[in-house]
Amino acid sequence: MSNALKLYPSISALSQALAQHQLSATELAQDCLANIAAQSALNAFVHVDAALTLDQARQADALLAAGNGNILTGLPIAHKDVFVTQGWRSTAGSNMLKHYISPFDATVVHQLRAAGCVTLGKLNCDEFAMGSGNKHSVFGPTHNPWDTTAVPGGSSGASAAAVAAKLVIAATGTDTGGSVRQPAALCGVSGIKPTYGAVSRYGMIAYGSSLDQAGPLASSALDLVDLLDVMSGFDNKDSTSAEHCKDVPNAPGRIRAEFNRADSGFSSNANQPLKGLRIGVPKEFFGEGLSNDVAHAIEVALQQFEKLGAQRVDISLPRTELSIPAYYVIAPAEASSNLSRYDGVRYGHRSASYSDLEDMTARSRAEGFGSEVKRRILIGTYVLSHGYYDAYYLQAQRLRRMIVDDFQAALTQHCDVIMGPVTPTVAQAIEQNHNDPTADWLADIYTLGLNLAGLPGMSIPCGFGPGASGKPLPIGLQIIGNYFDEGRLLAVAHQFQQVTDWHQRVAGQT
Amino acid sequence: MAWEIVIGLETHTQLSTQTKIFSGSSTRYGALPNTQANAVDLALPGSLPVMNRAAVERAIRLGLAVGATIAPRSIFARKNYFYPDSPKNYQISQFEIPVVQGGSISFFVGDQEKTINLTRAHLEEDAGKSMHDDFIGPHGESSTGIDLNRAGTPLLEIVSEPEMRSAAEAVAYAKALHSLVMWLGICDGNMQEGSFRIDANVSVRPVGQEAFGTRCEIKNVNSFKFLERAIQYEVRRQIELIEDGGRVVQETRLYDSDRDETRSMRSKEDSHDYRYFPDPDLPPLVIAQDWIESVRQTMPELPTALRARFIAEFGLTPVDAAQLSISRALAAYFESVNATLPSGQAKLVANWIMGEVSATLNREEKDITESPVSAAALAALLTRIIDGTISNKIARDVFASMWAGELGGNPDAIIEAKGLTQISDSGAISAMVDAVLADHPAIVAEYRAGKQKAFNSLVGQIMKAAKGKANPQQVNDLLKAKLDS
Repeated sequence: MSNALKLYPSISALSQALAQHQLSATELAQDCLANIAAQSALNAFVHVDAALTLDQARQADALLAAGNGNILTGLPIAHKDVFVTQGWRSTAGSNMLKHYISPFDATVVHQLRAAGCVTLGKLNCDEFAMGSGNKHSVFGPTHNPWDTTAVPGGSSGASAAAVAAKLVIAATGTDTGGSVRQPAALCGVSGIKPTYGAVSRYGMIAYGSSLDQAGPLASSALDLVDLLDVMSGFDNKDSTSAEHCKDVPNAPGRIRAEFNRADSGFSSNANQPLKGLRIGVPKEFFGEGLSNDVAHAIEVALQQFEKLGAQRVDISLPRTELSIPAYYVIAPAEASSNLSRYDGVRYGHRSASYSDLEDMTARSRAEGFGSEVKRRILIGTYVLSHGYYDAYYLQAQRLRRMIVDDFQAALTQHCDVIMGPVTPTVAQAIEQNHNDPTADWLADIYTLGLNLAGLPGMSIPCGFGPGASGKPLPIGLQIIGNYFDEGRLLAVAHQFQQVTDWHQRVAGQT
Repeated sequence: MAWEIVIGLETHTQLSTQTKIFSGSSTRYGALPNTQANAVDLALPGSLPVMNRAAVERAIRLGLAVGATIAPRSIFARKNYFYPDSPKNYQISQFEIPVVQGGSISFFVGDQEKTINLTRAHLEEDAGKSMHDDFIGPHGESSTGIDLNRAGTPLLEIVSEPEMRSAAEAVAYAKALHSLVMWLGICDGNMQEGSFRIDANVSVRPVGQEAFGTRCEIKNVNSFKFLERAIQYEVRRQIELIEDGGRVVQETRLYDSDRDETRSMRSKEDSHDYRYFPDPDLPPLVIAQDWIESVRQTMPELPTALRARFIAEFGLTPVDAAQLSISRALAAYFESVNATLPSGQAKLVANWIMGEVSATLNREEKDITESPVSAAALAALLTRIIDGTISNKIARDVFASMWAGELGGNPDAIIEAKGLTQISDSGAISAMVDAVLADHPAIVAEYRAGKQKAFNSLVGQIMKAAKGKANPQQVNDLLKAKLDS
């Protein structure tokens, strides 16, 4: 078999092939393991254990043979390495946790495993999810399958790359400031960040606790429905997990039900399925810094939505620019505290030589953390310090509330969804911004506000533009909804994907 | 110069929950190191805290007992500092908005009632323990071990206003608080095991000066005796320092009980910047009124209410009432004895419990629950005083025999066996009085000359002749009648 995932490029096609025994979960897993090995130059996987994977595949085959499989049984997926896993190492892309193995599975890992998915291994990422190019990893950078000199985005860069390269059918990612949507956009795949609290954070190695949210990456909105449907649900091990989503219990089945309801509503009007849908287009997303290629692709996509019957509304999110300073105060503040547990005392890297306890902790952290992590810990420590807390942390929290208000004003008064670019440009060259580490931060402008507000948002492919090397690189369209509107967002995206084929383009085959 | 002492106490009360404040690990004391530490307690990557409602309920109980405001919404904050027995390197505590706000505690210092206001009480997690002394590393080297069994044990830190003015007051407050938390069943009160740890903030100022002097905080005092000594030492140190032209430096000090002194631990200059901020892993703690009401339903009668009832119902003095309500067990013992006796005997019961019973318990370092003389047995003994079978004095001997378990601790059996029954036969007593009067004409003459003391001397002679068994009232009456006739 050359690549089963190219033959069966969607969850439904692959699932059907497994159910009809056109191939076994074991054969599929072996095929994926072979592709992962063949594509090792992408540096997407940081830990593969064939025995563990094949063991899960055999269990899936047993279920399928007995006719007890479901839609996800036997499907090959992989986890961003900020989800802890029993068996596979859980490193967060850091020297600090390079050899760490967790005694428990993250809730998300457990849910997907319980649904029958087969884990192919752990995916590279920016260290502790801090970065937007997958450049800050102890395992080295991951490459973009569309152009290996370009970044795949980050911090879930390898999750997007692995899906784009057809190494797995889907992958998990985490999104603190855009880390699912941005790599999805730059690698031409679909990804969703759910409402804060929809998916459990238990077992996700924390970066910015009030912002972190797990989400899946896959080839289409339809595939995301199946994944997010089992990933979301209330978890009593996470106190910030939502018990209810609006009036509905936060439980598996919710996403599927809401998607179906929205989708059948849209389908009832075959010519103009999205008639009545108001799409807010924030003017702040189209200002200075947005490249012509991205602006053009977004414009074409918006026209496509208008053809589907949607109405375009000009809106304003006036605090968009301020989301950058707000985010780069709040996220580092939380990170500085979250990462203080890595001290070399109980687990993780401990320096080989030290003079006393304090020196042991200092050296272990100096050796264990990379430069981007240290940068953010220092910023976070600074903004929480006595005398600076009010000026930075409290001020950022005030900004955060204003950003929430901006989104609420737009989504309750002017529009049903918001659309715009995910990134100002296509994927940058890996070498870009090497001497100016904070330059990357400015490119997060369109994604940060959503995390600060806790809203759901997704990215779907909507075109291509030339990268630094001249090769065409994917462009993503961002779709933002109100709290717990994931089902409807996915249904809107699905309408677009039924009339476009950007999501079906395969890296290396354009 | 005359100095005024200013003391405020911060008390770390370990709450008596089955499991830890943010994890499901057991809080049992004394288990093998690190056998009660799970992923959350070890701060493993990906672990998250979940609030234990039983700890909140205990905080509500204290709040209700001291008449405090229970915050409808309080915030958990992270107190950031690196220390190896603090696994996350931050402590989850409450900073700006604590769960219990205000309130007060009343108690007696001698016969003076005193009320101390509370600033606040907040929930937080305990740290683990570093084992520096008795830990040997894997290669036989001396090393530091860490036991995280205690990490995450729920604490309620109860902070008083700086309203105490002497070491004795501070100790009385601490004892009242200690008995209150046990009364409420929110803490086992075991000071040896660290369930009730006191930090004292001590300063001095010239009498009449309004501004507080610079304070020092004495950490982790684990007995009332040490608390008193530590404060006394610290007050002396500060006054001597100032009178010698020096200046008190704000610092944290440790009390060394072996040397009976406090020593500097760290000064304000090297104090941590804790970088408090709201814990993003825990939503605000919301306590709805109906939760407070449901806790109120389970509250025992409070010591202050019980005191008022003892005064109104039994005519006890406030001091007696306060002493009898030092613990729920003692109050119950008193009520139980009292219930068996005819009304109007409460003073006798109170005197016996605070006298003979308490003295014997103290001498043997026992608690009322461990008393070998049950409430029923004491009631049987007191019944024999009331019906005149024995005198109060003889009853003390009988009590000692009961305590020792003689004859099954049965007072009647002891009185019978030892022939202690009081002589109440007026003929027999009259004969004894006549004999003593005949034998001591000189004392009789003194009495007749107006010396009242001579009367007591004659009573003593008669009781001696009666081997203490004559009814004292009858002796008094008959003697007086015969002398004055």
